[in-house]
Amino acid sequence: MGQQILNGLFVGSIYALFAVGYTLVFGVLDILNLAHQAVFMLCAFIALALVESLHLSIWVALPLAILAGGLIGIGLERLAFRPLRGRAGSNISGLISSLAMATVFEAIAAQIFGPDISRFPQGTFPDVQWHPGEATVSLLQICIAGISVLLMAVLTWLLQRTRLGRSIRAVAENPRAARILGIDVDKVISVSFFLSSALAGAAGVLFGLAFNSMSPDVGRSVELKGLAVIILGGMGSVPGAVIAGFAIGLVEVFTVAHVGSSYRDIVSFAVLFIVLVARPRGLFGQIATREA
Amino acid sequence: MEDFYLAYQSLIAFVGINSLLALSVYATLSCGQLSLANAGFMAIGAYTGALLTLHAPQVPFAFVLMASAALPAIVAVPLGLPVLRLRGVFLAIATIGFGEVVRLGFVNWDYTEGAIGLVGIPQRTKPWILWLCVALVVYLLGRLRGSRTGYALEAIREDETAARTMGIETTAYKMAMLCLGAAIAGLAGALEAHFTFIVSPAGYGFGRVVDMLVQAVVGGTALFIGPVVGATFLTILPEILRELGARVGLAPGPFRLFLNGVILLAVILYLPDGIISLPKRLRSSRKRKAA
Repeated sequence: MGQQILNGLFVGSIYALFAVGYTLVFGVLDILNLAHQAVFMLCAFIALALVESLHLSIWVALPLAILAGGLIGIGLERLAFRPLRGRAGSNISGLISSLAMATVFEAIAAQIFGPDISRFPQGTFPDVQWHPGEATVSLLQICIAGISVLLMAVLTWLLQRTRLGRSIRAVAENPRAARILGIDVDKVISVSFFLSSALAGAAGVLFGLAFNSMSPDVGRSVELKGLAVIILGGMGSVPGAVIAGFAIGLVEVFTVAHVGSSYRDIVSFAVLFIVLVARPRGLFGQIATREA
Repeated sequence: MEDFYLAYQSLIAFVGINSLLALSVYATLSCGQLSLANAGFMAIGAYTGALLTLHAPQVPFAFVLMASAALPAIVAVPLGLPVLRLRGVFLAIATIGFGEVVRLGFVNWDYTEGAIGLVGIPQRTKPWILWLCVALVVYLLGRLRGSRTGYALEAIREDETAARTMGIETTAYKMAMLCLGAAIAGLAGALEAHFTFIVSPAGYGFGRVVDMLVQAVVGGTALFIGPVVGATFLTILPEILRELGARVGLAPGPFRLFLNGVILLAVILYLPDGIISLPKRLRSSRKRKAA
């Protein structure tokens, strides 16, 4: 029981980290960025390449991969989202163009790293374990949960307490009003993409370390989990995504333990479906007003 | 000519199957709804057809195809009742969830051999049957254009609330198109299953519905002929370019993916109405130059 709660919190921290960036972009742009999972995957591979070819320590590779993720995010926004802004029905075409970018990213990863499963070399992360009570905890798990929580705390602080955060929230609320008040909306959107993709990158590297099996389509299953998380948390709500991430992680682990591992993925989709039908704004979402 | 046909027989068949799938996505898009449940509907159709053929081989193929189209359409009703109230991205997400639940359901269903799926399905899809189905679906969707129903769908696509205030039963029309899309996807699933000999849950994942959507959008979703053009273009192009890719040392799988992505992006950015709007575009730009 204790072990399951620990495992759930540990998986949940990665889901939450992934979903926080996902929901941030949705909050700002009202667009579902389906390339988020591809950035997640690319950063895991970038960290792998840095560790494997340049023999960097994972502690150097992780921040570099996160930075790379952020830069990819800026490029993604320029290429796939900015040209569409202001067009009619731009949230559906934005969804499709992000899908196109995801396909391109997956193709690049498959060309460079091959379609098969890649792994971090042994000893990338020190294998230390503790046994409090009957449970087993590894140093890796603690670091992953710790880094995730730290990054999410930094994001929350950034959004709530800084001038940048205020302008991001203003653009999310109403881009036109924000522009009138002198906020550089394009810049704010760029920064949001940087933050969102950097977090996706962090989640990707941590996911890669945790499960140590990466393939160009590794992001797909996490993407669908991430959708369940942001729907449960309420689209656009960062605290909602954090709580929902942990909740989905826990539910998943308990399903595996008590129902069977093959039902793991069905649970998150069942959650997604029920929330959308019964309470589409999720746990913490705002009630959307209709735009004519 | 005959050699050519024999060499490219399966490619030509896939043009037909992919056209049907792209048309199934077009059906819901034509009233402005992005539904991504069609891989799930396709799976239901494929399994229905395969099980019928394997367990009751005496049933005529026409009946098998009808059942494969009918069952997904029936399933679409209880799905559509709650889900069609959602708008835009939320509908897309809910239907992605449905598609995955269907796929995972088949993975966990022992009767259909779980993740392995059904094998050894007799090849009953003859080219003429396939193209007859394509022609029927194209005719049906083409007839909608300019009809009372067609105008209603267009009105819903442009502004749902306005359409409703004008007395159009938006929910009924959206439901009808969801069921029609499901039936077309199921039909395509059964045709594919009886062509490739196998059905397995891996073939009906999220990637599959993305392919359908890409083909529909690249062709153009303003007119029923667009998805057929898109499916034909994107099915044949990688085959033509494969040799080129191999010459510069690119693996065929990633190269095809890359091409799909780049073409989709280019179309969305520069040709939002798809390939079918290309002739009109060229004509108007030539006129501008002449003037």
